[in-house]
Amino acid sequence: MSISTDHGGPDDAPATSALGSDGRPVSDRGDTVCVIGAGASGLTAVKNLREHGFGVDCYERETGVGGAWNWRHDRSPVYASTHLISSRPFTQFPDFPMPDSWPDYPHHSQLLSYFERYADHFDLRQHIWFGTEVVRVEPVEGDRWDVTTRSTGGYGPERTSRYAAVVVANGHNWSPKLPGYEGLDGFRGETIHASAYQDPAQLRGKRVLVVGAGNTGCDIAVEAAQQAAACWHSTRRGYWYAPKYVLGRPADQVNDLLLWLRVPRRVRQWLYHRTMRLTVGDLTRFGLPAPDHRVYETHPIANSQLVYYVGHGAITPVPDVRRFHPYGVELTDGREIEPDLVVFATGYLPRFEFLDPRLVGDDAGEGRPTLYLNAFPKGYPTLAVVGLVQPDSGLFPISHWQSVLVARLLTLRQDRPERAAAFAAKVASAAGERYSGRVKDSSRHWFEVGHVDYLRAVQRALNDLEATK
Amino acid sequence: MTAGRLRIMRGREWARPVRPARREVLSVLPELEQGRPPLLFVPGFGHGAWAFAEHWLEHAASRGFPAYAVSLRGHGGSEPAPDASLRAYVHDVTQVAAELPRQAVLVGHGAGALVVAHALARYPARAAVLVAPVFGGWSALGAAVRRNPVGTLPALWGGRLRLNRRQLFSAELPDAAARAHLARLGRAGRRAQWRLLFPGGLEPAVGRPPVLVLGSPDDRVVPAAALTRVARRYGSAPLLFPGMGHDVMLDARWREPVDALLDWLVKEPAPAVAALSR
Repeated sequence: MSISTDHGGPDDAPATSALGSDGRPVSDRGDTVCVIGAGASGLTAVKNLREHGFGVDCYERETGVGGAWNWRHDRSPVYASTHLISSRPFTQFPDFPMPDSWPDYPHHSQLLSYFERYADHFDLRQHIWFGTEVVRVEPVEGDRWDVTTRSTGGYGPERTSRYAAVVVANGHNWSPKLPGYEGLDGFRGETIHASAYQDPAQLRGKRVLVVGAGNTGCDIAVEAAQQAAACWHSTRRGYWYAPKYVLGRPADQVNDLLLWLRVPRRVRQWLYHRTMRLTVGDLTRFGLPAPDHRVYETHPIANSQLVYYVGHGAITPVPDVRRFHPYGVELTDGREIEPDLVVFATGYLPRFEFLDPRLVGDDAGEGRPTLYLNAFPKGYPTLAVVGLVQPDSGLFPISHWQSVLVARLLTLRQDRPERAAAFAAKVASAAGERYSGRVKDSSRHWFEVGHVDYLRAVQRALNDLEATK
Repeated sequence: MTAGRLRIMRGREWARPVRPARREVLSVLPELEQGRPPLLFVPGFGHGAWAFAEHWLEHAASRGFPAYAVSLRGHGGSEPAPDASLRAYVHDVTQVAAELPRQAVLVGHGAGALVVAHALARYPARAAVLVAPVFGGWSALGAAVRRNPVGTLPALWGGRLRLNRRQLFSAELPDAAARAHLARLGRAGRRAQWRLLFPGGLEPAVGRPPVLVLGSPDDRVVPAAALTRVARRYGSAPLLFPGMGHDVMLDARWREPVDALLDWLVKEPAPAVAALSR
C-alpha cells in the first residue's frame, strides 16, 4: 500500500505542458479523470473509474479516507454515538457487502473501518492525494478541466493540472445551515450547530434546547434526554417518527418488501399509518404536533427512542423559536424557556467553493444545482457530481451507481460519441427532474430522492447507454 | 462475456437479506508477501473447503498466492443449512471475498463454479477460474442420469446427489484415497440442488474480470461440450487435462491444473486503460 504525502500533486511527469488561463504552466494529465473528495462517494467513484480502465487522481483535503464518516476530520458531522439510520442492505456498496456479523444499524466507527477496508481491498489509496485541497476547477477547450490544488490550509504553492473529466464528490453535509433568529446575537447562553456536537458530555447537566427535527436533531434530543437537566425539542412542523424495527425486522426492509411487491403508494401509506397507530400511537397525545403531510412525502425520521423519552417526560416538545432574549428563548406559542445550551440541528447546505455555481446550473448562486439525475450538469459532458442526494435510504449504493454511470458515459464518449451526445441532450432536457414524488419545497428537501424511483431512473439511463453496444 | 444487463434493482435482496450463517474458511498463506492477489476456492455441492485444503491451498501458497477456501453453508465445517438456496451460497462467497484484504480471484469447482458465476455479478473479482463447471440444465441432468441413475434420481425429489468413484476420480488415484474422499462428501441444500435444473438468470460479471475455464475431457460429470459452452459464454476456450476425473483438485495429477491456473494468473495482463475522446 502506498500513500502519497506530497502536497503538490501527481508525481508522474506530465506528458506535455500547456498554459492555463492566467498564463501559468499546467500539467497535462492526459486522459486521467480527477475526483474531488475521498469520502464514501469519492472512493466509489475512484474504484469504478479504475474498474472501467481510467487513470484517476483523487484529491482529499484530509489525511485519511471516509469523509463525513471519519470523525477525526474537522468537517465530519458524526458524533460519538452516531449510528446508521438505514439498515445494512441499503447502506453497503452493492459490490462490497458489509460483514454478516455486524448489527443491522452499524456504528459510525464501523462505517469508517468499512471505507478503509474498501480503499485497501481495491487498492485505491495509491490514486488519492491526501492533504490536498482543490482551489479552482475551470473548464478549458475540448471539454477538459484545469484543476488547481494546494496543500490543505493554504500552505505551499498552487499547482494546476489538466484533466479529461472531473467528478465532484465533496459531500454536502459539512457546511452548516444556521437559522437567523431575532436576538440570537445577544443571547448569553451557549449556541452550537449540530456539526459541533461530538459527545454527550457536552450536554451533561445542562438545560438544552434542540432546534430541528431531522434525524440528527432527534438523535441529539434523545441524548439530551439521557444526559441533560432538561431538554426541549423545538420543531416547526409535525413529523412521522418511524421506529427502526417493525414486525421484528428493520423497518426499511419491511417497507422495501412492499415496494418489491409493487404495493401502490396509497396502500403503503395506509398500511404505514395503521402500523404507526399500533406501535407509536397518537403523537399529539404527547404534545407533539400532528404531521402536516402524509408519510413518504418527506424522508422518514428513523428513531425508536424519541417518543419513548417524550413519554417519560425527559423531552418536552415545543414549537418553533420566535426570538431570542439575552437569557431566554421565546417560542411561537408565547412560552419562554431558559436553556443553557441551544443546539441547532438545522441541516447543511452544499458548497462547491472551487466551482463557478453556473457550471452546475446554480445560476442564482443559492447553492442548489440543477442537474440531471442529481449528477449531470447541462452543457458540461465531462463534469459530474456524485453523492448529492438525500435518499429515503442509504446513500452509498446511489453514489456507486452514479459513478458507474459516469464511468460508462465517459467510455461511451470514445466508443460511441453519438450516443454520448444523445445522453447530453437528455441531460439538457431533464436537468432538475425530481425522483421523490411530492415533497415539501424547503432546502432540507432539495436533494431528496426516493431510492426506488431514483435507482430505476439510473437503471433506465444505463440501459439506454448499453442498448447501443 | 455473459449476456444480460447490469442489474441495479434488487428488491428481494433489500427486503429479505440472506440470513447470516457461520462459515468455515481454511487458508494457507505464503511465507513472504509477494503482492499476488488472494485466491478464494469455492467447492462444489457436497464438497467442503477440505477438498482444496488437501493439495491446492498449500501449492498455491508455495507459489506466492494467499490461498483461502470456504465451505458453503451446510458443507464441511460450516453451519448446517439443509434449506440453503443458491442465493445463500452466493452470499457466502461474496461475504468471504469482501473480507479478504485485497481484491480476490474466485475459483469455483463443479456447482461451486455456478455459485462463483453468480457471485461475479455481485463482487468485482480480480479474475475468475471455473474448474469443471456444473452449470446445470436438462442436458446435464440427462448426462448424469445416464451415467449414474441411482445416485442422481433421488436428488430430483430433494434427496442426496451421490456421485460415484468413477465420476469423481481417475483410475490412477489409489482406492484408499478415493474412498476417504468419498466418505467426506456431504450434500447440498434441496433448494440449491433444484436450481441446477433451472440455472437461468445469470447476470453479467461486474468489473470485467478475465475468466478461465478448465476441466477434463474425461470428466464423467461435465461433458466436454458443456465445458466448451461455459467457456464460450466468457469468450474463451476451455483448458483441458485429459485423463482426470471431475474432482481435479483431489485426483492423482492434481498439480497440473492448479499450476496451469496459477501460470495463467501470473501472465494475465492488466485491463487496458481507457482513453477519452477529445
